[in-house]
Order: sequence, then structure tokens, then C-alpha cells
Amino acid sequence: MSKKIGVFVCHCGTNISATVDVEKVAEETKKNNPRVAYTTTYKYMCSDPGQKLLRDKIKEEGLTGVVVAACSPKMHEHTFRNAAVKTGLNPYHVEISNIREQCSWVHPDIPTGTDKSIDLVRMMTEKTRKDKSLTAIKVPVTKRALVIGGGIAGIQAALDIADGGQEVVMVEREASIGGHMAQLSETFPTLDCSQCIMTPKMVEAAQHDNITMYTWSEIESITGYLGNFDVKIRKKARSVDLDLCTGCSSCWQVCPCKKIKSEFDMGIGNRTAIYIPFPQAIPSKPVIDRENCILFKDARKKNIKPNDSKVCRKCIDACPIAPVKAIDYNQEDEIVDVKIGAIIVATGFRELEDGLYGEYGGGKYEDVITGLQFERLASASGPTEGKIKRPSDGKEPEIVVFIQCVGSRDPAKGCSYCSKTCCMYTAKHTMLYKHKVHDGHAFVFYIDIRCAGKSYEEFSQRAIEEEGATYLRGRVSRVYKKGEKLIVLGADTLTGSVVEIEADMVVLASAMKAQDDAEQFAQKLSIQYDKDKFFSEMHPKLKPVESSSAGIFLAGTCQGPKDIPETVAQAGAAASKVLALLSSDELEREPVVARVDRQLPPVFSTCIGCFYCQKVCPYSAIESEDIKARDGSVIKTVARVNEGLCQGCGLCAATCRSKSVELEGFNDEQIYAEINALEFN
Amino acid sequence: MAEETKFEPRIVAFLCNWCTYAGADLAGTGRNQYQANVRVIKLPCTGGIDPLFLIKAFERGADGILVSGCHPGDCHYNSGNYHARRRWNVFRPLLEFCGINPERIQFSWVSAAEGGKWVETINGVVDTVRALGPFEGYQKINAVGSDASGEAATSGDTG
Repeated sequence: MSKKIGVFVCHCGTNISATVDVEKVAEETKKNNPRVAYTTTYKYMCSDPGQKLLRDKIKEEGLTGVVVAACSPKMHEHTFRNAAVKTGLNPYHVEISNIREQCSWVHPDIPTGTDKSIDLVRMMTEKTRKDKSLTAIKVPVTKRALVIGGGIAGIQAALDIADGGQEVVMVEREASIGGHMAQLSETFPTLDCSQCIMTPKMVEAAQHDNITMYTWSEIESITGYLGNFDVKIRKKARSVDLDLCTGCSSCWQVCPCKKIKSEFDMGIGNRTAIYIPFPQAIPSKPVIDRENCILFKDARKKNIKPNDSKVCRKCIDACPIAPVKAIDYNQEDEIVDVKIGAIIVATGFRELEDGLYGEYGGGKYEDVITGLQFERLASASGPTEGKIKRPSDGKEPEIVVFIQCVGSRDPAKGCSYCSKTCCMYTAKHTMLYKHKVHDGHAFVFYIDIRCAGKSYEEFSQRAIEEEGATYLRGRVSRVYKKGEKLIVLGADTLTGSVVEIEADMVVLASAMKAQDDAEQFAQKLSIQYDKDKFFSEMHPKLKPVESSSAGIFLAGTCQGPKDIPETVAQAGAAASKVLALLSSDELEREPVVARVDRQLPPVFSTCIGCFYCQKVCPYSAIESEDIKARDGSVIKTVARVNEGLCQGCGLCAATCRSKSVELEGFNDEQIYAEINALEFN
Repeated sequence: MAEETKFEPRIVAFLCNWCTYAGADLAGTGRNQYQANVRVIKLPCTGGIDPLFLIKAFERGADGILVSGCHPGDCHYNSGNYHARRRWNVFRPLLEFCGINPERIQFSWVSAAEGGKWVETINGVVDTVRALGPFEGYQKINAVGSDASGEAATSGDTG
């Protein structure tokens, strides 16, 4: 029985109808295609009345196939398939012809757009003719979530999921959770102490019954799919046994390597080789920096096991744990396997590298520091205990110049976006500075002041009007050293004059960048990333926390620059998505999977058993199956697809020599139907 | 040569669902205009594209074809784009052997974030094929079947 196909052309308000003659598309489609039983156009097909129209016409006209010519299938394929299901039509008989993103929005000429739309609709109509009914595949769900990253985004997401009653595995590559938020001194616009609001959350996460925490650990590999991920976690050798160690501090107090630049203090403070990153670290147990520890250096040089080196054993000697010491120099990396149902990626950002702005003396002059370094200077737990002292000589700076948009909004440096937080944190920095150095003077060079957020504008006005920071609209061209002073050369574009300031310290509002390894990490997870290497959300408006891979969600600055409230909100949203996913025992998966031909005797299957398909399958989803006679003797061995593992890429189908493998939803018949429908106008 | 100026190449693009199709959508969202000569066929992965699809498209009147997927390393299915590239390396000499100018089939990587690159790529393909002129190989072969005298079966130059 041939199919009765209905074609519904959407105006999308005027998004489509402005450049595509939708009536003509409907008319021509009806006229030239005998299988099209019904065509219509509608202002908004995705709206409730639009969907009702679709449902009504399927029933009234007895349609057995539907083409909706509208926006990208990535937008509403799901919507229209669901609408069809309500009428009893199998959803895989509904196809979308993309005449908005790939036609009306890119071809302004009406006849051109209309002709192309007619073609696109015809191609999809032909494909629909060959569509088969498919049944969604049910897969069981592992009720455990993985949170990658232990900053505020990861902690918030983990806590929300754990409070929702599900298990969470949290992986943090640093020695402590806390991320960048733990580094901040005070937060805008309330000036409450970051540590005071962050550390209780860190403790809560560490003590939560439902959260298993792996610090100093990284993701080795992720395989599997939505509901059933297999994750390997590499627990990097910490050289300290977390179960035995009590965090008593004896070891790091005696460590002789005291001049290692502290990563947590952004290089303006020092730490030892066996260390905890900061006093409130969680776990509050040390790690040995094997690169810098003299014992490990010696062992590497002599090519002996670290424990055999006798150069320095101060920390292990100081360790009061007996009889087995908590320090183990020979400890090795350990791989932990976990089964996971859903993943939240919260891997955060890094600050723009020093030295990219040579003209500002970044990385060259000690007293030119970044925003995060200033946070550490201003922090009560920082290397100066909150006193603003310039790094070179420890003098209190009388004049500080803050330069905004260093690395942001600067396509010349490969960073065209706005880092969003710098306007606010610079305003905050001027206040912190003024609160600590009462007669000091703060100058701020800015391009625009962008303070969109609750109480943000008021906060920045306060910095200018009440706290007396001098804001100058313009760029700085150069910073150079003259004696003990830093000369800042800039422009004030509002007065049209050149400004020269003799400063004691310069603070660069450095851009938020994607992590250095963001690209490789995205590839490990098979998720998409944008030109700046931030991970891409599924849809910029409607799916802001979903990644391009099902079951993997995004939270925080790994997706793009954002401040703490936004990060917390996004983490909560991602957590709620995960909770929804983990609330069911089974998930439905698109039945786009490969199938190997099976038929009645005497052929049984056209498969010749070459198993080339097995070689190309990225998921090891191809198994071999013996077709047996009644007496148990093997008639032939053929390939079989494990549909639980198959992800529907179609590699096997294209590789098969005997055309015995087909990809459901994109089988040869369907693709050839589309190609055959190419009648170029 | 008035006829030549009128020639509008007919391009079929086989795109993977995850990268280039999404990139083409992004070009739309950004309202980046490009030449309308292209008809897109979406598949899950470029690794699932049978070379016969491309031959069939030529038979149906295409003058040029674009196959585009994810960048190396970015494939949603881990390795599909590598298989596509290998297949293309084998297929290309075969095309040349058959007398089809391999420039008529182009291969590219366009990610979901590269709306601009999609526009450049597709305009590039259209311009290249426009310069090559129409693909007449199949018409000539078909003409042999329909015309008993066989006069239409001329030189091996199939463009």
C-alpha cells in the first residue's frame, strides 16, 4: 500500500514566509507529487493550534507519512513526532524539511528560496515514502552521576543531586576541591568573604553520604552512552595515603623546599613540596609535588625507586603515624572503574596567560599582576594576609592602575568575547584597595562598563561615586618601568587627551579562557566546543545546560564566562536534569541502530560473515551469531548488532560488501529516495 | 558564450548530523548568506556515506558534491570521519579512472561552531564547480542508450 503523505509548510511568523513563498511551496508539492495527499501552510506549526492541525489532518486525511517544512530538525523534530504519536502514527514516519536555517535565513531572494524549498520538501517527501515504523529502544539506567570538576559549579551540582537522593562521584584534578571561587577574597556585589560562603559548601560535599570524592584525580576515559557510561578515573599518585593521613601538618612544616611558587596563590606566594594548596583545603591532606621534591628529583636522576633515595626523608620522618607511615614515596597511579548514568561537566576556566600582553608588561614586571593575583593579595588567607603590598618590594602601593578588557573583546589577541565578570571585579578591586589603603588612588581604564545584574550597576556606581575610583574611558597603549614606578600610557577618549600615570602597581583584568586541555577533553567526551574552546550547549536558548551528547550536561565557566550566581544557577539546572534522568529505571533511546539482514531459509541472511563491520565499529557493537540447523550444526556464521551498544553511526552499513547491514532511519532505500528526488530547478 | 554565464552548478552536500549540519544551521541562525545551489542530505556520520550515494547523485544531475563532517578528533562516533577520509582516499583514484574530475567532489571538516566556515566552504565548492562547467558524463551515457545511432557517445571528456 502506498503511503498517503501530508506536507505542512510553516511560515514561522515571517521567518520563513518573508523570503519563501510558502503557499507556492505547498501548491507545487501537491501538484507534482501524486503521493502527497494533503498540503497546507500555517503561521506557527510548533504552536498548540499548529500541532492540533497536524493531529487533526493525520486523522481526517488518513495520513501515513508527514513532512513538516519548518525550522531545523534539531529544533522541533521531537515536537512533531510526539504530536504524531498522539494520533497513533508511528513517530518515525514524520520528517522535517529544514527550510528555515538552511534556506529562508540564508537566501534573501524569494524565487531562489522558494525553488530551493520546493526541492528540499520533495526530497524529504520521497524519504518519508520509505520510512518504516520503528520502536524506541529501552535501556536500563545506572543510578549514579559523575561530576567532573570540584569548583563551585561542581560542588553545587553534586550537592543538589546528592540531596535529591542519588549517588554522586566527583572528580577533581587538583589536590583540593574549591576551584577558583576558593581563591577569591570578597565577592561582588555584596563584598561577603568568598571563603566564608565557599568552605562550608566544600565541607558539606565532602561529608555527604551520597558523594564519593576523588581529588588529585583525572578522567582517563569515558565510554558508553546515556544511562550507561563506563568511566575510568585515574587517581594520580598523591604519595600520601588518604586513609592513614590525619592532616596534622608535621610533614609540610619540615619540608626544606619552601620556595616553590604556589599555584593557589597564582605565583605570588610560596609553598613547600609536600603541601596542601590552602589552609581550608578539602581533603586537608597533603600531596607531594613530584616535579619539585628533591627526593623525587634525586630518584629520577639516579633512576632508582623514590623510596630508595636517601637525599631527604624529612617528611616521612616527621610523620607521626605508626607503624605504617601515611607517606608512601612509591605510590603509583591507580585506575578506578565506575558505572555512571549521567555526567555533569564543570571543569571551569583558566585566567589569560601572563605575557600575552607584552605591551602592558604582563609576565615581565613583578608589579603588573592579574585579577586573580590581586584577589590573593587582598585575601585574608593570602600570602600577605590581606595587606595590599606590591610583589616587588612589599611596599604599599599609593597609586594603582586597573586595566579592563585585557584579553577580552580583543579579536587581535584571539579573544573576541566579553569575559563578563571583569567590570564587576575591577569595581570590587578598587573598593578592596581603597578600604585597605585609605589614601591610595585607583584609576580604571575601561572600554565600556557592563554591569547587567541585580545590584551590579549600583555597585559599580558606588566604586566611582563613593569610593572615589577614577574611571577613564580608553585603552592603555603601554606600561613601562621608570625607576620604581610603572608608567601607564593611555587615552581618555571622553576628553580626547593622552593620559600618563605614574603607578606603583598595575592590575590587569585578565580574560576568562577555556582550560588549556578543553579541546582534548571535549574529544574524550564526544561533546562539541565553540571557536574559543568553551563547551557548546545543545541550544543557546532552550537547552542551555545540555551538551551535544545525550546524558552529558554542562555547568559553570567551562561553557562560557559567567559569574558565581549564574554558575550556581546553571549547576542547579544541570543537577535537576540529571535527577530527572535518574528518576526512571529505564530510558527510551532513538531506534536509529544498524540491523543485519535476516530472512527465511535457504538464504537465512545475505551476510557473508566477513566481519569488516566488526573492524570499523567504534562501539564493539557487532557480534557474531551462528545460524544453526535443528541438529545443532552451524549453517553459517553471520554478524549481529547489539542494539544496546549500537549508537547508529552507520559505519558498518557503508562498509558492508554484501549490503547486508542497514541503518534504521537512514537506510539505503531512504537515502537513495532522497537522492533520486534531486531534480534541480 | 552567453550559455556559460547562465550555468548554475547543482551541488549536493552529504553532511553529518553532529558537526557540519549543525554548522550549516548556525550559518542560518547568524543569517550568513550563501549561494543557494546546494541541496543537503543529512546522515548521522560521514563514515556512513556509501560512495555509491555520490555516484547516484551525479547520475541524478549533480555537477558537484560536498562531503563534510567533524574535524579530526571531534567525531561524535569517535572515528567515523577517519573512515570517511580513508574511503575517500580510495575512491578518489577510482573517480579519476572513470574520467570524473575529482575536483567535483570535495571533502571538508566544518564543526558545529563554524557557521562562517560552512558559508566559505559551500561558496568555494559552487565557484569551483561553476568554473569546471556542467557535468555531462551521465547524460552522454544515457544518450547512448536512447539513441540507436550512438552519435552522442563522444569523447571521454566528462568534465
